Amino acid sequence: MPELRLTVNGNGHALDAPVGESLAHVLRERLGLTGTKIACNEGHCGACTVQVGGVPTLSCITLAHRVDDEVTTIEGLRDHPLVEAFVRADAVQCGFCTPGQVVSAAALVASSPEPTVEEIRHRMAGNICRCGTYPKIEEAILHWRD
Amino acid sequence: MARLIRTEKEVEGRYEEVWLVVEEDPLEQWPAGPGAVVGRPASRVDGLARVRGEARYTADLQLLGMLHAAVLRSPHAHARVTRIDLAPALALPGVRAALGPGEIAALVEEPGYVGAPVAAVAADTFGAARAALDAIVVEWEQLEAVLDPEDAVARGALTVEPRHYERGDVDRALASADVVVESTYRTQTLLHNSMETHQAVCEWIGDSLTVYISTQYIWGVRAAVAKELGMPADKVRVVCEFMGGGFGSKNDPGEVTFVAAELARRAGRPVRCAMTRREENTAAGNRNATIQKLTVGATSDGTIVALAGEFTNAVGWAGWSASTEGPMRMLYACENVRTVTYGAKLNTPPMKAFRAPGFVEGTFGLECLIDELAAKLELDPLELRRRNHAESNDGMPYSSKHLLDCYALADKHWERRHEVRSRSDATWRYGVGTASQIWYGGGGPPSYAWTRVGSDGRIAVVTAMQDIGTGTRTAMAQIAAEELGVPLDRVEVSLGDSARGPYATLSAGSSTLPSVGPAVRAAAADAKRQIVEIAAQRYGVAEDAIDIRDGVVVSADGTVSVPLEELVGILDSAQILGKGARGPNPAGMSVLTFGVQVAEVAVDVETGEVRVLRVAAIHDVGRVVNPLGAQSQVEGGVVQGIGHTLSEERLLDPETGAVLTTSLDAYRMPTIADVPEIVSEFVDVPDAHLTNLGSKGLGEPPIIPTAAAIANAIRDATGADVHEIPISREEMLRALAEARERAKAGAKERVGAR
Repeated sequence: MPELRLTVNGNGHALDAPVGESLAHVLRERLGLTGTKIACNEGHCGACTVQVGGVPTLSCITLAHRVDDEVTTIEGLRDHPLVEAFVRADAVQCGFCTPGQVVSAAALVASSPEPTVEEIRHRMAGNICRCGTYPKIEEAILHWRD
Repeated sequence: MARLIRTEKEVEGRYEEVWLVVEEDPLEQWPAGPGAVVGRPASRVDGLARVRGEARYTADLQLLGMLHAAVLRSPHAHARVTRIDLAPALALPGVRAALGPGEIAALVEEPGYVGAPVAAVAADTFGAARAALDAIVVEWEQLEAVLDPEDAVARGALTVEPRHYERGDVDRALASADVVVESTYRTQTLLHNSMETHQAVCEWIGDSLTVYISTQYIWGVRAAVAKELGMPADKVRVVCEFMGGGFGSKNDPGEVTFVAAELARRAGRPVRCAMTRREENTAAGNRNATIQKLTVGATSDGTIVALAGEFTNAVGWAGWSASTEGPMRMLYACENVRTVTYGAKLNTPPMKAFRAPGFVEGTFGLECLIDELAAKLELDPLELRRRNHAESNDGMPYSSKHLLDCYALADKHWERRHEVRSRSDATWRYGVGTASQIWYGGGGPPSYAWTRVGSDGRIAVVTAMQDIGTGTRTAMAQIAAEELGVPLDRVEVSLGDSARGPYATLSAGSSTLPSVGPAVRAAAADAKRQIVEIAAQRYGVAEDAIDIRDGVVVSADGTVSVPLEELVGILDSAQILGKGARGPNPAGMSVLTFGVQVAEVAVDVETGEVRVLRVAAIHDVGRVVNPLGAQSQVEGGVVQGIGHTLSEERLLDPETGAVLTTSLDAYRMPTIADVPEIVSEFVDVPDAHLTNLGSKGLGEPPIIPTAAAIANAIRDATGADVHEIPISREEMLRALAEARERAKAGAKERVGAR
């Protein structure tokens, strides 16, 4: 198996993983970072969103061996003010999609610290929440620094 | 005292007569309005764990040596397995066990729908298990498949005998009516699509089985597994601390549990069986399609004199024929009602409960019909609903009903229609519509809870219920904090483990809070009584003079003011234990929830595009324990309702019966960009007859009237009568064309009359 070198949340990893393994699988099964969820495993729902070089990326359809920049998962964003903002706004019901929502939102506020509602709706539309917490997610992101 | 009663038990609108052991509930309800904790908005006690990705779901569980199962599913809508050879699969590297049809009941020799489970393998990795499925040699004999529900009803292919209901004399009432409206409504098949797919991890230790499962009912799983496997129930432990949504689809163990349990037994290792998203959309259950042929008759003053309906539930291969006729029977004061409901047995995937099963579908039909009646009578639709307000449920008094108060709160939203309509231009038409809601949600006994007060003055609530994402964990903490007079952050709630807590009801039927909440309060009161007794002895004050407020033990005369942890600190590591039970429901009363929603829409009459701009939701669910969590429930229900109304539909290949919408790009659920402004309001008056809380459930009510409110807003905007959901552009354009034809014919008629 070819060696896989990954930097995740600032930690370097050298792993053996077959070519073809997804980043989501490596994070969850090999590194134990289960905050990244797999809900559809085909890039449609956003639950597996991580940042690669700061860019929101669907880790379930990203080949681990193709990753050439630093990976940030929800475990690396646990102290981000968005986390408190999500809890405060009640932007979480079952919570299965929520880590992915926070990862997407963190990338959004990094590039646009005072996002408009339109920006939020555009940039967060790839993260499905079946419980329908969307109004609260919008509120959490609008007030993420409060 | 324990009391044995014979009572009707309601789950998801289905009733059964059962014996129940109930305990008396001597606690008086708290006064209406916010207390110190209950009735005040609280963010989730487990919010951080979920948002930070620390909460451990079934999907996240990794047991040492755990194998992964994959399930072979039928490619045919109806077939018989004539030969199967598992040996080639077992010979592959990494494959540890395999099961064929009939080896467990969940794997069938005669699959009745595309996707029915037939065989399973367990391997070191999921990839190896999936690959091994391809090595299984199967020969099929294809059998005749019935895919069309009307065809099934005509042939008498039914899941149960047709259900008839009648009161009064419908034919005579229709003959005497000034106006009669007849319409046929269709609702589509919908998929739950919980974010966490159906899955279980099973592990044997000796003759004991632990089932880790994403479920809405750990005790139901325990009972079903024990029965199927012929085990004592105490040998089955079921665990579900966090779960990623269910919406009714996870009330039973499902094939994943039985497959994992048997493969784990054979392999001698823990086994995970998890559905992929595509399996989820095929075989995890659905809200079945319906066809509703409805008739209403009314006098010219708007009194509804007759209602009749013929309902066909396209149940599928398994499931039950839900109460699609329920709203017609229950929502309005009408002396003459007749319904018949058919449950079509089809070679299509099985129905499972989905958030107010039957009532979501039936409310769409009935409430559109009522609006068509209002249009014909040229009456205000909200006024028509007021005029036909029911004062009893078929003669049985309500434990509480504040639907008229809901209508009163809706008035200000309804008044917006003049301004909203005025935004219309040649292309975009604007309108406002309304629809009412009726549903169960009273819960019932039994459910139990324990409390444990430690010497640090912190409270543990232990009850083996589930929190499926509705926030029940938080509500229970609030109830215990209120009763014990401590701040919310002093309370921990331990749930989701059948071996480590007392029985609690299922998380379905809007029943968790009204069932378990009163038991938690009783358990907290039991602990508080003991604290008061200890304080009385310790400080030499009469018991009835002592109270706990904000974590401080106080006496009426002010001589005692001691932090709780100081008083109970003498316990060291010992604890005060409380226990509580859910008391009986009020005898001879109908416990129901009510509400009304007002939707604002814009319709592009050229393209048929529909946009929902605003939904106001007003509901009566008794006392609201957590206004923030309640608001979230309403918003989530409305969002799901909008998906049901405009975009979601499970499509089947009409030739083969295969699901075409297995992925989330094909099955279109709302995204954040599809969500309108949602306003939620509550009557928030405790039900004086219902338990020590006066609270009803809220999981289901908000999804019930949304589709009809949107369809009625479309009528207000365009004059078009929408008759099916989803309201696709085709359906919208059809309804618009029909409305234009009607207007033309009406104009001709008027010319002719002149």
